[in-house]
Amino acid sequence: MIVLKNISFSYPNGLRVFEDLNFRLRKGDRIGIVGPNGSGKTTLLHLVVGLIKPNAGEIVVFGKPRKEEKDFREVRKRVGLLFQDPEDQLFCPTVAEDVAFGPLNLRIPKEEVHRIVRRTLEEVGLAGFEDRVTYNLSGGEKKLVSLATLFAMNPEVLLLDEPTAGLDEEATEKIEGILREKVETYIIVSHLRDVLEETTDRIFKMEEGRLVQVEI
Amino acid sequence: MIAEPFAHGKSIFHTMDPRVKVPIVLGFSVVLAVSDKTPVLVMGSIFAVILVLIARLNLRQVLTRLLIVNTFVAFLWILLPFSFPGRPLLSFWGLQITREGIGACVMITVKSNAIVLASMALLSTSTVFGLVHGLHHLKVPDKLVHLFFFSFRYIHVIHMEYHKIIDAMKARGFEPGTGIRTYKAYAYLIGTLFLKSSERSKRIYQAMICRGFDGTFWVFQHFSFRRQDLVALIFMGIYVLFLAFMQWGGLR
Repeated sequence: MIVLKNISFSYPNGLRVFEDLNFRLRKGDRIGIVGPNGSGKTTLLHLVVGLIKPNAGEIVVFGKPRKEEKDFREVRKRVGLLFQDPEDQLFCPTVAEDVAFGPLNLRIPKEEVHRIVRRTLEEVGLAGFEDRVTYNLSGGEKKLVSLATLFAMNPEVLLLDEPTAGLDEEATEKIEGILREKVETYIIVSHLRDVLEETTDRIFKMEEGRLVQVEI
Repeated sequence: MIAEPFAHGKSIFHTMDPRVKVPIVLGFSVVLAVSDKTPVLVMGSIFAVILVLIARLNLRQVLTRLLIVNTFVAFLWILLPFSFPGRPLLSFWGLQITREGIGACVMITVKSNAIVLASMALLSTSTVFGLVHGLHHLKVPDKLVHLFFFSFRYIHVIHMEYHKIIDAMKARGFEPGTGIRTYKAYAYLIGTLFLKSSERSKRIYQAMICRGFDGTFWVFQHFSFRRQDLVALIFMGIYVLFLAFMQWGGLR
């Protein structure tokens, strides 16, 4: 579903992050990527949905090469990206409106959106949270709402940026459980190997600008 | 979050459709602002006071807010009586207080207080988001509505960031003084705040386009226009029209 071919990328300050990186994600793959802070994990996910563009190499998603902004627009509708900080992802006053934001952008009729909102909130264990004010939620709840905003768009692949960072044990287990049960294909990046071992089948490590598979 | 102390109450204004409230306040404010006739100002002030009473606002908080407005008005009282041309009422030290100057001051004071009172009664009894949705449905240009929405939403976030930084500074023994060191620290604080805001706005925008945002906001939750809204619209509308008639129509 996602193929990265010979990707090179440097930050504007000249710091090289990826050098000739190759990566492939197939349907049903659950892949973890581990690496220290600043090793380019987030950058990798942002490349896949075209938030940033590589200096060299090719990105193929859903069988089509993606180069320009308009190529990525379709990708973003089918790939859900969970941001590291839910504060960046949630911006609507109420939970329901935030969950509805994606489906409404997909031009889904309102009655249907109401059903989607209720169903996705149930899926993440937040039934009845519709009218709660997002900025008053706890860290774990915010993360779950962010996840619900992605589920509401019915994505084929999830890209999860540190999905359990800063959460307590209970919230972490809840998120891990939801991912294992409800999502078929995803990439998780984290600086903690434990999290990845709980939730993924294969783990890669960032090494000198490339991805190297590690033994679990 | 920025406190909206008046937004949660039980008066009829709290449940009223913002699509009624916004045009009424707008019409009322325009009539009062341009009016130069005493009866209009008197009737307008009475209208504003009645609205505040109906809204059952905490009068203490209302007075506190009026105090802020009248602080600005006080400056006019200092300057205007001396600078307004007209018949002298009093003169001392080579300065003249004019009758017209005092008149203008009284007028501005009455106008500003009446408009602020009416806005408090009608607008502050909605949440900001209710108003934003109302504006959207009143066909206010999207760009303005978004600007209003995001300014309000993120003033809170910037405020929180500010407190985080200030707390971190205090934790390291920072005590504001009047020296260059303090000013420098504040300059750094503001600089950091700008950078953080800009970075955050970028990430929020990225998160939005990831969810298929293409420039159009689709409103999800709706208020409904009920019969009591219609009744209120008619009553208040007639009053405002009556004021406008007093100003521009017959009654000379």
